[in-house]
Amino acid sequence: MAKQIVKALDGAKAVAEAMRQIEPDVVAAYPITPQTEIVQTFSQFVADGLVNTEFIPVESEHAAMSACIGASAAGARVMTATAANGLALMWETLYIAASLRLPIVMSVVNRALSAPLNIHCDHSDSMGARDAGWIQIFAENPQEAYDNTIQAIRIAEHPDILLPVMSMQDGFITGHGVERVEVLEDKAVKEFVGEYKALYSLLDIDQPKTFGAWAFYDYYFEFKRQQTEALSKVPQVVREIGKEYGELSGRYYDLFSAYELDDAEVAIVVLASTAGTARVVVRKLRQEGIKVGLLKPRLYRPFPGKELVEALKHVKVIGVMDRSIAFGSIEGCGPLFLDLCASFYTYGNGKGPQIVDYIFGLGGRDILPEQIEGMVKELLRIAETGQVPYRVGYLGLRE
Amino acid sequence: MTVETKINLKELASKPEKFAPGHRLCAGCAEGIIVRQVLSAIDEPVVVATATGCLEIATSMYPNTAWRVPWIHNAFENAATTAAGVEAAYKALVRKGKIQDRNVKFLVFGGDGATYDIGLQWISGAFERGHRIVYICLNNEAYMNTGIQRSSATPLGAHTTTSPAGEVIPGKIQWRKPITEIMAAHNIPYVAQASPSHWRDLMIKVRKAVAADGPAFINIFSDCNRGWRHDTATTIEVSRLAVETCYWPLFEVENGVWKLNYKPREKKPVEEWLKAQGRFRHLFQPKFRHLIDEIQAKVDQEWEKLLERCGEKQ
Repeated sequence: MAKQIVKALDGAKAVAEAMRQIEPDVVAAYPITPQTEIVQTFSQFVADGLVNTEFIPVESEHAAMSACIGASAAGARVMTATAANGLALMWETLYIAASLRLPIVMSVVNRALSAPLNIHCDHSDSMGARDAGWIQIFAENPQEAYDNTIQAIRIAEHPDILLPVMSMQDGFITGHGVERVEVLEDKAVKEFVGEYKALYSLLDIDQPKTFGAWAFYDYYFEFKRQQTEALSKVPQVVREIGKEYGELSGRYYDLFSAYELDDAEVAIVVLASTAGTARVVVRKLRQEGIKVGLLKPRLYRPFPGKELVEALKHVKVIGVMDRSIAFGSIEGCGPLFLDLCASFYTYGNGKGPQIVDYIFGLGGRDILPEQIEGMVKELLRIAETGQVPYRVGYLGLRE
Repeated sequence: MTVETKINLKELASKPEKFAPGHRLCAGCAEGIIVRQVLSAIDEPVVVATATGCLEIATSMYPNTAWRVPWIHNAFENAATTAAGVEAAYKALVRKGKIQDRNVKFLVFGGDGATYDIGLQWISGAFERGHRIVYICLNNEAYMNTGIQRSSATPLGAHTTTSPAGEVIPGKIQWRKPITEIMAAHNIPYVAQASPSHWRDLMIKVRKAVAADGPAFINIFSDCNRGWRHDTATTIEVSRLAVETCYWPLFEVENGVWKLNYKPREKKPVEEWLKAQGRFRHLFQPKFRHLIDEIQAKVDQEWEKLLERCGEKQ
């Protein structure tokens, strides 16, 4: 295992630190709360000559992704970062980046979308981009945000994949929350990510290529089929790279992580920082003899439905916690609930646990251990009685 | 900046063509002519970014391409930024020793829709940051690719499908945006206006633009016979008339110094240029005729201002 240095870093600084070590060829980014710290920390690295990166301080997030697309098509290793409205402004180009198969890595510090204007955490921003063709990975804490950023480079650039990666963490909660982070040595990170050699480049002057041709009904469909085929290979690659990274750092990564799940009767499924709170609740309730477990998906796109069904099929009731609403979906549920229900329908042989959705934490609303505990008690009642009082509930909402 | 201003037609004709025939541009379209003039003016290797528009769709229908140089299309509004990204990648990769420095030039083609309207912010940002890109606006004065809708480059009185000439409204009711001046106001090293009718002037301007130490912008008058309504064979004639009437003056702003490149011996009335195009036909009805005078007044006013700026008024 490689030597590591322990640092006190917040999630944004941890990502900036990973970016410094990766030392991409080009970074084009626009500051937005709560991602700003990533861009300004990285700018300082550039100003201090600590990285040999071409930094483009663009005039908008749309321009950030536009420049990333140009730079990536030119064969450069490219990174950026954004949040919320910035991600929404990129919407058009997110699809273009994925469809041109450009392995751009973007850190997203999750923040609620307007209106009302809000700078705090929820997942509406990256959930709105979940069908854009990007790989999406969620981090629970600054350590995971750091580790995922490094692994994202390898996942994106894997020859079987060649797709952009969005690496998420929760705005303010972990983005601005200082924690103990084990940081690899620069050399170890550089060796892990290796050199990027693009398959095709705009700068191949002698063998000119056309990027971004247009295609109608005669070819477009096949492009999309290839794109979804590449995405289907992502889980395997994420696992391989997570294992390799584990051997290097001692921190192993998979598609999801489970806690006290093997013999659980009820399970909580939740993304990102709230998994930490939920783990505390599970630990407490286990001490009281309650058979509750936790599953925290790490890879969200492509959704590892088959693997999640395998891990959860033995439980009686699942409480999904969604930090965004998929507006207009069944019962006004969240996207994680939708994906999990679809996964059970697809892979569960027509059988599966009861699944209830709990919308929480919108616009940065605090989620308390007591609220999660109350939710678990409700799941236990459903397990006992078989009666589901509602399909979509709310935690911490004034009604 | 000193560039080779001698252009030998025989030599030009013997150079390998970077823009292949067989593209889908309309008969008589100025864009194909201009792109060939631009590319043959440049001896250095080039990478081209093109905004969504006629040129893009007519040259890149998968699985064919008319581009014998590296080429990228990203979206409608962001071609300048795409090229800026390519330029940044080039700088980084050369600095890191990953590729050789071959003095590559970065070229952008965008229509007036992409330049005057939807993409203005992206161009402005790229110019402010000083990327070494040459942005060429192929200005055909409307959204021709989607079927002739008005843009902010469309002149007063022109009929388009979203500024149609009707019983009470005589086509577009506003004058055009002074985009060349707006670009010059960015204080970039080179800004110019050109027309394919004056090809030697155009090609020298392209050479100056690629030699500039920073961003450059050339607004090129790009006749569209479908939208302007005239015979396909008269493209260059109509373009020349725009220059001769001073509707489209040829000038350049080199490191802040304004210079008039062509002064017609006799300034023709703008009516001659208007008359050559069906898009202004309705202006010749008695009830709308006053607009011709208004257009002439606008042209005169801009021409006088330009003469003054270029030190031609002494």
